[in-house]
Amino acid sequence: MNEYNRFPTDVFGELSRLQRHIDEVFRGPGPARDIRATTRTFPAINVGATADAVEIIALAPGVDPKKIDISIERGILTIAGERPQAEQDDHLNVYAQERFSGAFRRVVGLPDDIDPDRVEARYTDGCLRVTIKKLESSKPRAITIQ
Amino acid sequence: MNTSVNTQVNRSETARRPAGADYALLPAVDIIEDQTGITLTADVPGVSKDNLNVRVEGGHLLIDAGISISVPDDLNVLHAEVRGGSYHRSFALSSELDTAAVEASLKDGVLTIRVPRTDRAKPRRIEVRS
Repeated sequence: MNEYNRFPTDVFGELSRLQRHIDEVFRGPGPARDIRATTRTFPAINVGATADAVEIIALAPGVDPKKIDISIERGILTIAGERPQAEQDDHLNVYAQERFSGAFRRVVGLPDDIDPDRVEARYTDGCLRVTIKKLESSKPRAITIQ
Repeated sequence: MNTSVNTQVNRSETARRPAGADYALLPAVDIIEDQTGITLTADVPGVSKDNLNVRVEGGHLLIDAGISISVPDDLNVLHAEVRGGSYHRSFALSSELDTAAVEASLKDGVLTIRVPRTDRAKPRRIEVRS
């Protein structure tokens, strides 16, 4: 049922996730101390490759797919857009506000052997999946010995 | 108008961790209360309606959702910021919330749950007779 489980769960991944969470909690309001300090990333991105394509999966729930801007330039894939803030008229109390809102932009460096003209993007259940085919010349092939 | 302490939705459990590679993620939520009830919004990307289970049990609102993202079979993962097979989170509901009238909807990976107050707990104005 769940193909997603094939993303491995390793202890280092867990530690970096914990680290991000701690950074987020202790950073507090105001600008980050370090110029390179990462804020909470949105959307989260997973990248994988098959024999003939590179797959980028961005978890971007609640975004209008028509307003997502995807571009590839000089081997860099950019996913940009905006997630509107929920309407907040006449609410009395906000108990939790963990969800991201506002403009986002994420970039992913692509391998050299991709074909920027053969790109497909689909948005299902809040997941954006971008498939970029590899160049024909870079596909694995068996070499016969003469 | 101020809300008393017991109207709060208490964040209780953290993600549980079943054995094996599959483990539950804690979805990010917004919880906003207005005059007539509480609206909870949760990010659950990769969840379809069929894999979503929202229920009220023993005074708790439980969210259980399986992630299913279609990826090619021979996918070789190079970089993963999110790992996990499901979302799980639970919230304690206080007694003035109407657990029988909870409504949930799912769109584009965003789950919205509305928990209304019981009628007698809704604020009302008392007429003062002279």
